[in-house]
Amino acid sequence: MRNKSKAASIAIYVGLFIWLIINLFPVYWMFTFSLKSNAEIFGKNVIGLPNEWLWSNYSRALHTGNMGRYFLNSAIVATATILITLAAALMATFALTRLIWKRRKTLNKFFMLGLTIPIHASIVPVYVTLYRLHMLDTYWALIIPYSAFSLSMAILVCTGFMNEIPRELDESACIDGCGVWGIFFRIIVPLMKPAVATVGIYTFLQCWNELMFANIFISKSALRTLPVGVQALSGQYTTDWGPIGAALALATFPTLLLYVFLSKKIQDSFIAGAVKG
Amino acid sequence: MKKQYSNKFYIALFLLPALILFCGVLIAPIGASAYFSFFDWNGIGEKTYVAFNNYKELFTSDQISFLKALRNSLLLAALSVFLQLPLALALALTLGKKIKGERLFLSVYFMPVLISTVIIGQLWIKIYDPSYGLLNVFLRSIGLADWCRPWLGKKETALAAVFVPTLWQYVGYHMLLLYAGVKSVPPELREAAMLDGATDGQVNRYIVLPYIKPIIRISVIFAVTGSLKAFDLIYVLTNGGPLQSTEVPSTIMVSMTFLSNRYGMGSTIAVLLIALCFGFALLINAVFKEEEA
Repeated sequence: MRNKSKAASIAIYVGLFIWLIINLFPVYWMFTFSLKSNAEIFGKNVIGLPNEWLWSNYSRALHTGNMGRYFLNSAIVATATILITLAAALMATFALTRLIWKRRKTLNKFFMLGLTIPIHASIVPVYVTLYRLHMLDTYWALIIPYSAFSLSMAILVCTGFMNEIPRELDESACIDGCGVWGIFFRIIVPLMKPAVATVGIYTFLQCWNELMFANIFISKSALRTLPVGVQALSGQYTTDWGPIGAALALATFPTLLLYVFLSKKIQDSFIAGAVKG
Repeated sequence: MKKQYSNKFYIALFLLPALILFCGVLIAPIGASAYFSFFDWNGIGEKTYVAFNNYKELFTSDQISFLKALRNSLLLAALSVFLQLPLALALALTLGKKIKGERLFLSVYFMPVLISTVIIGQLWIKIYDPSYGLLNVFLRSIGLADWCRPWLGKKETALAAVFVPTLWQYVGYHMLLLYAGVKSVPPELREAAMLDGATDGQVNRYIVLPYIKPIIRISVIFAVTGSLKAFDLIYVLTNGGPLQSTEVPSTIMVSMTFLSNRYGMGSTIAVLLIALCFGFALLINAVFKEEEA
């Protein structure tokens, strides 16, 4: 009996370890070939660490490949989206959990529909509208749709946190002479930091990686975000793998860095978005 | 305070930004898509009303090959439910019973979900590369050079080659959801069963699985609707080729609308996709309810 269960637990660890390698390997491979020359990638040294660390791949990706520009665009779009999403979601949640009116439960359910609506639903009408408003090929063409699609998740998370703030705080602030704005800005918003962090991270990841809208709503190369930029770059450098690897690594780096420091928070935000939806 | 909190002006003010965004970008476009789907329209000029012709053409035209695309995405959905989910469930159950290295395994398994699909796609293009790709290099090194082929370029292998990374990338996502469920099982339940002499397998079968059924249901819904909506990875890897063998509804929707300028037809596909997603979600909910009864 003892032996059998020991063998079973070894088998389980072997399985877990194999799956670990399968998940780590592509990223490991990406970082190593981003530092290699074609000669190494194509034969001499396919999977080992680079013999010669070719940092010039990175400077080529940044300068010739315009990765710096794409990086900046992605950062601008993500930051603006996070700010707009948070402002709209915090305000709406305040009205949905604090203010007193009929039908607020119904409206909450209405907002939750957004968790299931696929982005496909809106792509044609939104494109046509953006075209008519001459907003294609601007940052707004991405910021507005991204904010709208992040909203439901943001309201969901904010509702959970806001319900936990005791109502007595509102009361005492009111007695001290705070109006509705004052209560919202001075009492509620400062206490919502954990929700803000969760929503911010989740929204960041969604915008940073989004491809379909970014590909269709932006055609000027100067305004491309990272996913589209990387895609274009790989089309140009089909035979030169090093700089492509560097571009891929540059685009992935912020995400991985965030994940290393905030893995628990990131995982929780994904669970929060799913379990109610 | 009650009086202030019931003030209609403030209620409207606080709701306004969210409502405008939400209705403008998510709700109104659904109606608009449904409306466009009855027209022949190039996006700029006059619309011509064609009743259900777009729908008819979609299901009968060999050129568009929508049915094949639909079959592909349903196949992906089936693989997702019967391969990806069981693997995710096995991982969640294993990690859920407090084993050494739990956090590390969990975090690494979830990592592919966070990496942009474009990046994952570009990496797999390199893995599948006919001459220098890892897969063919590996096959040659173990003496199976005959098996080498341009995986993404042949219509016999392209679909499988696209499905592998698609399924792989989201194993971690389902695992995380299910893991959260497994962790929420009250330890007393587990301990009581153990005291009664239940094996690990029996505990999973009779305690954990029934307990996390609501989460399994959510996972199944996500697996199916996610497969129906699949776009990014397929767009990056093959964009529907070779010879339309890896086409899915979303890739056809995008190429119809933005390459052929058939906005009416693109909207038709969008409407069908939304309907399918909601339909399957309802169906899956009904199946799970049925089982409970």
